[in-house]
Amino acid sequence: MNVKAIMRATLGAALVVAAACGYADELNMRVGVTEVSESVYGLHMLILYICCGIGVIVFGAMAYSIYHHRKSRGAVAAKFHENTRLEIFWTVIPTFILVGMAIPATQVLIKMYDTGGEDMTVEVRGYQWKWQYKYLDENRNNTLSFFSSLATSQDEIHNKAIKGEHYLLEVDNPLVVPTGKKVRLLVTANDVIHSWWVPDFGVKRDAIPGILNDIWFIADEPGIYRGQCTELCGKDHGFMPVVVRVVPEDEYRDWYSAQSAAYTEREAMARQTFSPDELMTMGEQVYTKVCSTCHQANGQGLPPVFPAISGSPVATGPRDAHIAAVYNGRPGTAMQAFSAQLNAAELAAVIHYQRNALGNSVGDVTQPVDILNWAAAQ
Amino acid sequence: MSAVIETHHDDHHHGPGKGITRWLFTTNHKDIGTLYLWFSFIMFLVGGAMALVIRAELFQPGLQFVHPEFFNQMTTNHGLIMVFGVIMPAMVGLANWQVPMMIGAPDMALPRLNNLSFWILPFAGGLLVSTLFMDGGGPNFGWTFYAPLSTTYAPPSTTFFIFAVHLLGASSIMGSINIIATILNLRAPGMTLMKMPLFVWTWLITAYLLLAVMPVLAGAVTMMLFDIHFHTSFFNAAGGGDPVMFQHVFWFFGHPEVYILILPAFGVVSQIIPTFARKPLFGYDSMVYAVASIAFLSFIVWAHHMFTVGMPLAGQLFFMYATMLIAIPTGVKVFNWVSTMWRGSMTFETPMLFAIAFVVLFTIGGFSGLMLAITPVDFQYHDTYFVVAHFHYVLVPGAVFGIFAAVYYWLPKWCGRMYDEAMGRLHFWLSFIGVNLTFFPQHFSGLAGMPRRIPDYSIQFADFNMWSSIGAFIFGFSQLILLYTVIKTIKSGEPASDRVWDGAHGLEWTLPSPPPYHSFTHPPVVTDAEAHS
Amino acid sequence: MANAAEDKSIYYVPENGWYPVWVALGVTCLLVGAGRWLNAIKVGGEPSFIVLWAGVIILTVVLFSWFNKVIQENHAGLPNAQVKRSYVWGMSWFIFSEVMFFFAFFGALFYARVFAVSWLGGEGDKGITGDYLWPQFTPDWPVVNNPDPSRFTNPHESMASPGVGNWLSYLPFWNTLILLSSSVTVHFAHTAVKNNNRGGLKAWLGLTVALGALFLFVQGYEYHHAYQELGLTLGSGIYGSTFFILTGFHGFHVTLGTFILLMQLVRAFRGHFKPDDQFGLEAASWYWHFVDVVWVCLFIFVYVL
Ligand code: HEA
Ligand code: HEA
Ligand code: HEC
Ligand code: CUA
Ligand SMILES: [Cu+2]
Repeated sequence: MNVKAIMRATLGAALVVAAACGYADELNMRVGVTEVSESVYGLHMLILYICCGIGVIVFGAMAYSIYHHRKSRGAVAAKFHENTRLEIFWTVIPTFILVGMAIPATQVLIKMYDTGGEDMTVEVRGYQWKWQYKYLDENRNNTLSFFSSLATSQDEIHNKAIKGEHYLLEVDNPLVVPTGKKVRLLVTANDVIHSWWVPDFGVKRDAIPGILNDIWFIADEPGIYRGQCTELCGKDHGFMPVVVRVVPEDEYRDWYSAQSAAYTEREAMARQTFSPDELMTMGEQVYTKVCSTCHQANGQGLPPVFPAISGSPVATGPRDAHIAAVYNGRPGTAMQAFSAQLNAAELAAVIHYQRNALGNSVGDVTQPVDILNWAAAQ
Repeated sequence: MSAVIETHHDDHHHGPGKGITRWLFTTNHKDIGTLYLWFSFIMFLVGGAMALVIRAELFQPGLQFVHPEFFNQMTTNHGLIMVFGVIMPAMVGLANWQVPMMIGAPDMALPRLNNLSFWILPFAGGLLVSTLFMDGGGPNFGWTFYAPLSTTYAPPSTTFFIFAVHLLGASSIMGSINIIATILNLRAPGMTLMKMPLFVWTWLITAYLLLAVMPVLAGAVTMMLFDIHFHTSFFNAAGGGDPVMFQHVFWFFGHPEVYILILPAFGVVSQIIPTFARKPLFGYDSMVYAVASIAFLSFIVWAHHMFTVGMPLAGQLFFMYATMLIAIPTGVKVFNWVSTMWRGSMTFETPMLFAIAFVVLFTIGGFSGLMLAITPVDFQYHDTYFVVAHFHYVLVPGAVFGIFAAVYYWLPKWCGRMYDEAMGRLHFWLSFIGVNLTFFPQHFSGLAGMPRRIPDYSIQFADFNMWSSIGAFIFGFSQLILLYTVIKTIKSGEPASDRVWDGAHGLEWTLPSPPPYHSFTHPPVVTDAEAHS
Repeated sequence: MANAAEDKSIYYVPENGWYPVWVALGVTCLLVGAGRWLNAIKVGGEPSFIVLWAGVIILTVVLFSWFNKVIQENHAGLPNAQVKRSYVWGMSWFIFSEVMFFFAFFGALFYARVFAVSWLGGEGDKGITGDYLWPQFTPDWPVVNNPDPSRFTNPHESMASPGVGNWLSYLPFWNTLILLSSSVTVHFAHTAVKNNNRGGLKAWLGLTVALGALFLFVQGYEYHHAYQELGLTLGSGIYGSTFFILTGFHGFHVTLGTFILLMQLVRAFRGHFKPDDQFGLEAASWYWHFVDVVWVCLFIFVYVL
């Protein structure tokens, strides 16, 4: 009865394997689009086959023995309990196999560590829960920077809308790089450890606060490549995708100048004055997009870690303290220094919103110039 | 206390105490072993229920049942409870029951310390679980609690989490001291080291691993405590520290820890296979040396969990090579088990079924471990479900099946009654199917790119996750069969003979079933036939 | 059946006892109390000490009774030589686990000095970290200028040794001598009891306790000096962190050791210990030697190098 069960299980397993081969593409690691990712894929297949081979031998011997050396088949136990030659054999052979794996692995690893000779450099900075990309010039000065956060709607996440094709793997502003260029990434983080991963590039590296890691890739194929943050970084770790758009070089140039122009334009907003209604609308947008992951859309927060904004002594008290909290953040907590992410207009708007909505009604109006004045006074 | 105190113990007549005090105050290795095993089983249900919360949430894409914040708490506590509350106590429970009987001792060497080691556990476990109900929620930073998520950004309950870890560590350290003293000092005359049953050997080595690494874990959480409350900067670069340093200290503990979880199971399987193959264990000496080599190597491979933190190249290479080496002694063990079965005269009672499944499925988990060891490829596997699949293969059909096998193997000895074989087999087959259905598809979702520790995933991973969740529920609920079978055995099993299994060798089988309260009041004579199986 | 007090081939297994469960309860109360206290301080609340004190009281009472009981059993001759060997193994491996506890902190010290600080300072394999993120930080040890002094206040000065020539005015050096000689005196106490020299036992043991207390006093003075005059605190970056955690836990162990030796002294005055049976004293002296060895490592790696 037993043996039949075992045979049946084996048959079942064989069927599963056969079925699996049917859509093998979805079952295996992706080959990816860079030279590195291809070598990694090759290594992966090499070890996989070796393991399968050893598995077949070991499990085959076991299965044979289980079938033939059963008491119910009248098998009589032999007496042997050692065989030095055999034991040496199965110590030495695996050693050789391992050396055979280690050599190509070492070669690939050394190649990965060759970060020099880059064509461009981007700083990648992890925040709870978004990525910041800073394009750097030769002197590592910032020339363009933006944040990249999840673009999937809350409705999709909460099953109130049909999930799109790139559910959870889409962002508002992807990282854009040209084809065929060696892109060097300087990876770090602002708060906790994150990890920047794009499977198709064969690149994954932890983003560690206060520490810098450098990695590189060259993507020849234009396309959109998606990955995720792979180090547990708190509540919304699952909602922190990485998207890279690889485009031909001239397209990249166009994109870059358009971005730079938009960047300056946004900065110009900081000198304007807005009506309270405009501030309210803009503030709500910023709040929903940036602040609500922690302080929640209704302003109730998730105490005690994420304080409520509704009725908060800061959001209803003297304005300077409110500005300070948002502008500088609170070092050592998840509350980031938003001066690095929002311009004066956005800061003014979101502060105005927090003071006059979400159940608060201080009644004052905060203009971009108030922020600038406050900052200048520091 | 002046001079001599008159005491009228009738030492060796004292039997079990009355009522609840029997359990609270006991100094008896069997009672304490029983306590450990029941504690472990209860925690298995608790930790398993958490796993079921995880699997229920992951049944489909989208957020269904729990908030991401709570999901993280489930993941963290599931990992912690399974490791510290289930596997380790169960193994210590087995050691308590078996080691004195297998080496011909009356009891453990330090009986009162033994009681203390156990009773710390419920308090520590209670404290750990209670953090879930505290303000701001329980630990939510993964069972590996990487700084600074676990320090600067942690919920207030972390203080209690840290103290719970201290308590768990203290319990393990005292338990190991006891086991070492017992094995080194209480062996019956003639029981030389190289005649000890393998279960005793694996536990001796495990106890040393524990002694060496639990204090390091205590050091790691102590540094966390200081970073949280005393403004130190061990794990903060702004003060000259380094978050990566936490990981080094943690994994210096953490990697040997995973062998702490598996070595006693190796021992169990090395007892069971010879019994049911009716043939002596193949390569006893090399089995012992292999365990010792694994233990040694386990101290120099820790950074294979940290390939993506950006270590210098030399470090990456060293840790890759060292990790790969572990395949060699482990392979020796696997080959020896197969050779023990070879040309034996096998029967397949429940313990043997679990032992065979152990060998096959653990080896599969070992293979994926080896794949993870290859640094450049680990960049792709790291922190995906491929890792989750790896470690559940070595932990669930590895360590947990090892414990199941041991329980079925020795239960008739412990309570003098035979378990219901049909129920045992039913438990086995449901577990076997459930476990593979749960964890095999996770290899695929991992390779396809699904990160671990996420409450929601993109739609391409939906099929695998659905299967995995179904498997988890099958596996989880089949454990109720184990509960039922054990209770039934205790209450109304058929009386068991002293030797129980016709192929069994070893001192424990020379005792009556159930064995007397103090196993060997006078040391037995060790004959060759009863020396290592 | 025979009695362990008469038949020396019997391994004495104590009967059921209430001590261990209460110790478990006491320790838990102690830690829970401490946790509540720490958390209250952190948010500026009013700490309550009830649980903490409950733990302290339970532990004091129970441990005292427990040890008393063991001593009584010993006087009644219940444990045979084999049981005593178990105590020896138990104590030795306990000390080993303590060594590993310190190993974690020494490991942190080495890692910080050799890797973290150099990388943050722009040197070594990951020097790019310092170049890009902490350009103004220089990797000197002891670190008196932190990468970000606004978050971790710089100390004015470190505790580092001034060079062998000036050791006579360097307190840690004197503390080293104090502790080393106390290791010698405790050894003499042990030899004294083995030679049945009760007077010598009390004298040497008393001297050891006094030296332990003196060491602690000097250490306390040092800490005061560090906090008040050097601005060196737990919060002054990685140097202060490693310095205080290592010396602090060592000091804690010296305190425990001194207390244990004090208890042995009390026992000596009560006529305990025989030339062939003084494990309590012996274990205490091992512990003391261990604390001493840790200090020597500390002196070398924390103060001198
Ligand atoms: C019981 C527990 C257990 C055991 C025994 C193992 C065994 C092994 N583990 Fe595993 N591991 C874990 C528990 C365990 N692991 C856990 C819990 C984690 C995750 C922690 C976390 O992040 O939460 C982990 C993670 C983990 C990683 C990190 C992955 C990552 O996060 O990126 C790595 C990388 O090297 C690894 C490697 C190995 C290796 C090489 C072995 C080897 O010991 C395996 C050796 C066995 C064999 C190889 C099979 C038998 C051998 C033969 C038949 C001989 C011939 C074979 C060949 C020559 C190929 N493990
Ligand atoms: C020995 C250890 C061990 C064991 C036995 C298990 C058992 C299981 N584990 Fe676990 N697991 C870990 C150790 C273990 N795990 C670790 C270390 C992690 C990493 C944590 C981290 O990332 O930090 C992890 C993470 C982990 C994850 C990944 C979570 C994530 O990344 O977000 C998943 C997901 O599927 C999972 C699933 C399961 C399942 C389905 C089981 C099943 O085997 C469970 C079986 C179920 C039961 C036994 C339930 C029985 C209960 C009932 C029948 C209900 C009755 C209930 C009551 C009476 C209360 N585990
Ligand atoms: C990643 C999480 C996170 C995000 C995003 C976030 N905050 Fe906060 N915020 C916090 C935390 C944590 C605190 C509490 C800090 C402390 O403990 O001092 C806080 C505190 C505050 C306070 C002080 C409240 C009080 O009562 O002390 C204000 C005001 C505030 N945040 C405004 C904002 C604004 C405006 C935004 C968006 C532009 C924002 N926060 C986005 C986490 C966040
Ligand atoms: Cu960021 Cu995970
Ligand atoms: Cu490991």
